[in-house]
Amino acid sequence: MCGIVGLFIKNKSMRDQLGALATPMFVCMGDRGPDSGGLAVFNEPTPESAQRWRINVFARNREYPWEPLIHGLRQTHPATDIVASSNHAILMTDQVPEIVARWLGEYDPMLIFLSTGRVMDLYKDTGHPRELAERYHFTDLRGTHCVGHTRMATESAVTPAHSHPFVAGNDFCLVHNGSLSNHNSLRRLLERRGIQFETDNDTEAVCRFLQWRMREGDTIEESLARGFEELDGFYTLLMGTPERLVLVRDAFACKPGIIADTPDYVAIGSEFRTLAHLPRIHEANLFEPVPEKIYSWTIA
Amino acid sequence: MSETFDLKTTTVRAINEHLHGLAPDATGVYEILNPNGSHNIAVGVDAPVEINIRGHAGYFTAGMNKQARVTVYGNVGWSVAENMMSGRVHVKGFASQCAGASGHGGLLVIDGDASSRCGISMKGIDIVVGGSIGHMSAFMAQAGRLVVLGDAGKGLGDSLYEAVIYVRGKIHGLGADARVEDLSEEDRTQIGELLEQAGLSARPAEFTRVASARTLYHWNPTSPQVSVL
Repeated sequence: MCGIVGLFIKNKSMRDQLGALATPMFVCMGDRGPDSGGLAVFNEPTPESAQRWRINVFARNREYPWEPLIHGLRQTHPATDIVASSNHAILMTDQVPEIVARWLGEYDPMLIFLSTGRVMDLYKDTGHPRELAERYHFTDLRGTHCVGHTRMATESAVTPAHSHPFVAGNDFCLVHNGSLSNHNSLRRLLERRGIQFETDNDTEAVCRFLQWRMREGDTIEESLARGFEELDGFYTLLMGTPERLVLVRDAFACKPGIIADTPDYVAIGSEFRTLAHLPRIHEANLFEPVPEKIYSWTIA
Repeated sequence: MSETFDLKTTTVRAINEHLHGLAPDATGVYEILNPNGSHNIAVGVDAPVEINIRGHAGYFTAGMNKQARVTVYGNVGWSVAENMMSGRVHVKGFASQCAGASGHGGLLVIDGDASSRCGISMKGIDIVVGGSIGHMSAFMAQAGRLVVLGDAGKGLGDSLYEAVIYVRGKIHGLGADARVEDLSEEDRTQIGELLEQAGLSARPAEFTRVASARTLYHWNPTSPQVSVL
């Protein structure tokens, strides 16, 4: 089944409430996806964020000892900061991510890189979304927009790596409700071009396909238009970039979605009940996204 | 008599259990507050009561309804009034997919739009939509009437049996075996009656009639037995 949630803050003074507003949306959709979940959060871009990289790291051990890691990392890369909770850490550094990744790989080969970018953070793991929201303190998160997913797996394994959001490149994430029947041929098409995969999951193929098209120069609209031709299956897709939140449903539109547009925010969910707690929701312009139309919101 | 249930303090299960306990000739008014998109509200009611849902409701609202008059003062999710047998369900806002799916009888009125697959496999229900309907509506619809004041999406009436569709606006595409037919005096009378029951106004002559071309199904008892592959 799976659940999708997205929140885009229009009113800048509400950006510190992003997590507080999005967490009940995410937890509610745990009904549609109780086996794993994830949330990508886009921090407000600043002059500082343009200079630093954010590397999100995941450890299998819930009580991971981050203190010795950061101590060691600072020996060679002094200008590195860390924000850690449980088995998740955000490293903020002036160094290019590849250099830090190499260091981390030598320090502990079991660490998993969730994402790299300038503004995006990514949390995901197996377990009920409620549990994840508490563990990672989602209510405290701030930012311009976020993309969340609660998974009820219908194909491929239930592991942290198979959880959504999927990422490709820097600061691009995608969540998916649905299933694809031609993801293996997409994967072969991309692998022939040297693109590497982390899982056998269908959504990862969509994510890497779209990011490949954008890297080749397509706009997100052009890459999605190409996706309409290439993707065989059912999908509601929600995507995040540093500037934009983008939503699309396939031609069949048999996976649900609802949009609430207000002067202060745009909220997206699989079902209305996930939006019901939002401020002034009853004054919102509520509508269902129509098939194959690209809905996009850009930060001011 | 009148009773009020608030979904902030009770559950859908408790409300439905109460409604299921009503005698088949019970009357009264039931107010349901703060639905907040909950699923399965007032499913399986079998009594001529009035039920008012004050807000947006979720999936399967008033499903399998018999006799009751249910009004939703908001939008509904998937499959409102699915498999309705009799009575009336009125949605003041819009309806998501599969509105009135498999309905056997009664009247479903949606003031706003209904999205895809409205009236899918309808079996005798009448549906009146004040706005437009989405793609693949009335797919395999067997009996009943679907009246649409706005437009109809692609694939309208695909594999239609004996249900009849009336569309006032643009039809974005007919499904297999659905065809436009001339609007008869009898059609205009029926449209007029349904509009009146729904409390909506439009000129019956403005509607287009869509019905089955009957090339996809055969129901002739005198024809020889044909083996099915």
